[in-house]
Amino acid sequence: MKKLFLLAFAPAAFWLALAAQDFSGVISKGQQPHIAIPDLRGSGDAQKFMTAFNQTLWNDVNGSGLLKMVPKTSYPLRVPQQPSDFDSSSTPGQNLGGRAMSDWAGPPASANYLAFGYTAIQNGVFVLRGWLFDLSQATPAAAQVIAKNYLGSVDEAGARKTAHEFAADIIARFGGKSLFGTHIYFVHQAAAGSPKEIWAMDWDGGSQHQLTHFNSTSIEPAVSPDGSKIAFTSFAKGSPGIFVFSVEPVRDLRFYNQSASVNSSPSFTPDGKQILYSSSAGGCCRIFIANLDGSGFKPLTHSTYIDTEPKVNPKTGNDVVFVSGRSGPQQIYHMNIDGGDIERLSEGTGEASNPSWHPDGQLIAFSWTRGFAAGKFNVFTMDVTSRRYIQLTHDEGKNENPSWAPDGVHLAFASTRTGRTQIYTMLGDGSQPPVRLTTQGLNFSPIWGK
Amino acid sequence: MFNRRKIAAITLAASLALFAAGCKKKAPPPPPPPAPTPAPVVTPPPPAPAAPVVAQFTAEPTSIQRGQSSTLRWQVNGNATAVSIDQTIGTVQNTGNRRVFPSESTTYTLTATGPGGSTTASATVSVTAPPPPPAPPSPPPPTITITDRLSAVQDAFFDYDKSDIRADAQSALQQDAAAIKSILADFPNVTIVVEGHCDDRGSAEYNLGLGDRRASSAKDFLVQLGVPGDRLKTISYGKERPQCSDENESCWQKNRRAHFSQGQ
Repeated sequence: MKKLFLLAFAPAAFWLALAAQDFSGVISKGQQPHIAIPDLRGSGDAQKFMTAFNQTLWNDVNGSGLLKMVPKTSYPLRVPQQPSDFDSSSTPGQNLGGRAMSDWAGPPASANYLAFGYTAIQNGVFVLRGWLFDLSQATPAAAQVIAKNYLGSVDEAGARKTAHEFAADIIARFGGKSLFGTHIYFVHQAAAGSPKEIWAMDWDGGSQHQLTHFNSTSIEPAVSPDGSKIAFTSFAKGSPGIFVFSVEPVRDLRFYNQSASVNSSPSFTPDGKQILYSSSAGGCCRIFIANLDGSGFKPLTHSTYIDTEPKVNPKTGNDVVFVSGRSGPQQIYHMNIDGGDIERLSEGTGEASNPSWHPDGQLIAFSWTRGFAAGKFNVFTMDVTSRRYIQLTHDEGKNENPSWAPDGVHLAFASTRTGRTQIYTMLGDGSQPPVRLTTQGLNFSPIWGK
Repeated sequence: MFNRRKIAAITLAASLALFAAGCKKKAPPPPPPPAPTPAPVVTPPPPAPAAPVVAQFTAEPTSIQRGQSSTLRWQVNGNATAVSIDQTIGTVQNTGNRRVFPSESTTYTLTATGPGGSTTASATVSVTAPPPPPAPPSPPPPTITITDRLSAVQDAFFDYDKSDIRADAQSALQQDAAAIKSILADFPNVTIVVEGHCDDRGSAEYNLGLGDRRASSAKDFLVQLGVPGDRLKTISYGKERPQCSDENESCWQKNRRAHFSQGQ
C-alpha cells in the first residue's frame, strides 16, 4: 500500500501531509507533557543572578522540544519554593492559590509537571535547590521526581551553569539528552573576501572562538565522534587539502594528503579511526577512505562524476550517504561502506546536498532546492529506508549544511534569512522558530559535536 | 748800476794792462778765468729698503668646476712683515699653499707688506658650473610582466553545473593557447595555473569538485592545442573566490569560469 503511494503521483501538499503524519522520527506534539516552571527566587545576593538563571532554565527546557511549556500567566499566585511549602492537609479540589499540587494540575495551568526551587549563596558557592514534581501523584512525597542541589560560582555564569544542569536533568526524565557541554564547529569569515577560519562555540552560541589561523580559506569542518578532533578542508598549502586537528589543545595532527588537485569534504567513521573524503586523484572526484593520518587510502566509488560529502552511518558504521552528480544535478546517494549497492535517496529533482546523519542512523537531514530555483536550499529530513522527507525551512533565504545535535532532537544549520549567512539551531521537526547563534561577520557550515 | 761796475772793472783792467806792458816786452795773456765755483755738495739720502717681492702667486688649476678645488701657491721674497690673501683666507706664511673651493670665479689678491712697501699679486680661479647631468635614461621599454601578459589571456566560461567547453570557450581557449605558448616560451621557468571557479548556487562541497573539473577541461583543451601540459597546473577554488556576489545570471556567469594565473 505504501509502495503504491510512493509510486503514485501525488500533489506535493498531500504527499508532505502524509509524510508528516506517518513520520516516526520526530516528536508528535500531542504527546508532550505540560510543564510549569515558575521563576525561581534567590535569597539575598543570589537574587541578582536570577533573571539570567530563569531565562536559561526556561530556554533549555523549552528548546528541548520534549515538553510543552505552560505559559506563566496561567500560574497560581503562590509559588512553592520547597516541598514543605505544599499543604499536604488540603483536601482534593480545595484551591490554596498554589500551595496545593492540584492548583497546578488543574486549570488554568493544567500542568503535568512542576519545576521549582530556590537559590542562595552559601560558603561562597551559588547553590540551586531544584525539584521536579509529577503532579499526577497524590502527595508531594510521591510526586518528587527530582530533588537535587546544584553548585556554581557566584556570578552569572555560575547561575547559568546550575540552570543548564537542572534543565538537563529535567530533559533527561523525558528521554532527552542535554546539549549542555556540546560544541558547534563552523566556518567564520569577518567579511566577504576575508579569510575563512574554523571556529568553535558552545551549543547555545556562547564562547565563540577561533581554532585555525591559516589566514587562508579553511572550510568544511567535521568533528570526530568523541569530540576530540576536527577535520576540515583548507587552501593553506595551495590546493585544497585535508587537515586533522585535535581540539584541546588545538594542534595539527598531520593528515598526509594523497597527491591530487582536490582532497576535500572529510568526515570521521563512527569508530573515529578513519576518514572518508572526496579526492580528484584519478579524476574528479571519488570517495576515498583513509586512516586518520591519511595513510592507507583507497577509493570507494569509481564514477567519473563528482562524488563528495561522504557520511558514514553512526549507528551501523556500515553504510554511507554521499552527494553525487552522476545522474545530473547533485543528489543524495546511499551505498555500503565497501562502495557497493549505490542507490539514489533524493528523488532527482532540484539539487540535494549536505547530508547529516541523525544519531539513530535512520534519518538524515540535508539541504535541497526542491520546488525552488537553483541555489535556494531548504533544510529537509528524510528517513533513509522509506525515503519519506519533511521540509523544515521554507524559502527564508538559503538554508544549508544542517547538522544533527548529539541529542538527536536539534539541528544546527546556516541560513541567509536575515541577510548574511549565520548559524541557527532549530528542532528537528521544525516546530519552533530557529534560534540564531551568531551575529558577527559571515558564518557557515555548522557541525555539531560532543 | 751794472754799467758803473763794468766801467770800473774795465778801467781797472786797463790800468793793470798798462802797468804790465811797461814791465814786459810783450803784453801778458789774460789771466785764466777764475775757477768756477764748485757745485754745492748734496748728501744723498740713505738708500730706501726694497719692497717685498712676490716671487709666486698662482692658482692651479686656474679653472675648476663648481665643487672642485684649486690650490693657491705663493712665495714672497724679501722683507715682508705680513702676507695675507683676501677672500677670507687672511694672514698666511710667506710661503705656502692653500686649497680653495670657490663656488664662483674668484680673484685672490695676495698682499705682502714689508718696510719697503707693499706688493700685491693676484690669481684668479675661474669656476664653471658643472655640466648638467645627462638626461635621465629614457625609461626602458616597459617590461611586460607575466602578470600583464596573463591578464590578456581570456577566461573560459561555463554553463551552470557543467564543465564541458562550450563554443565561446573554445574560441577563447584557442586564442589563449597561442598566448600561453608564447608566455611559456618567454618565461621558461614559469608554470601557469588554470583556476576553476563556480557560481555560488551549488553547495560549497560539490563546487570544489566542479571547479576542478572545469580547470581540468580547460587544461585538456589547451594541451590538445599544443600547450605543454607539464607546465599547466590546475586548482579548484569552487565558489570560494567569486568575482561578484550578486544574485543574478550576469554575476553567476562571471563566476563560472576557468581563469589563468601564474604558478609558483
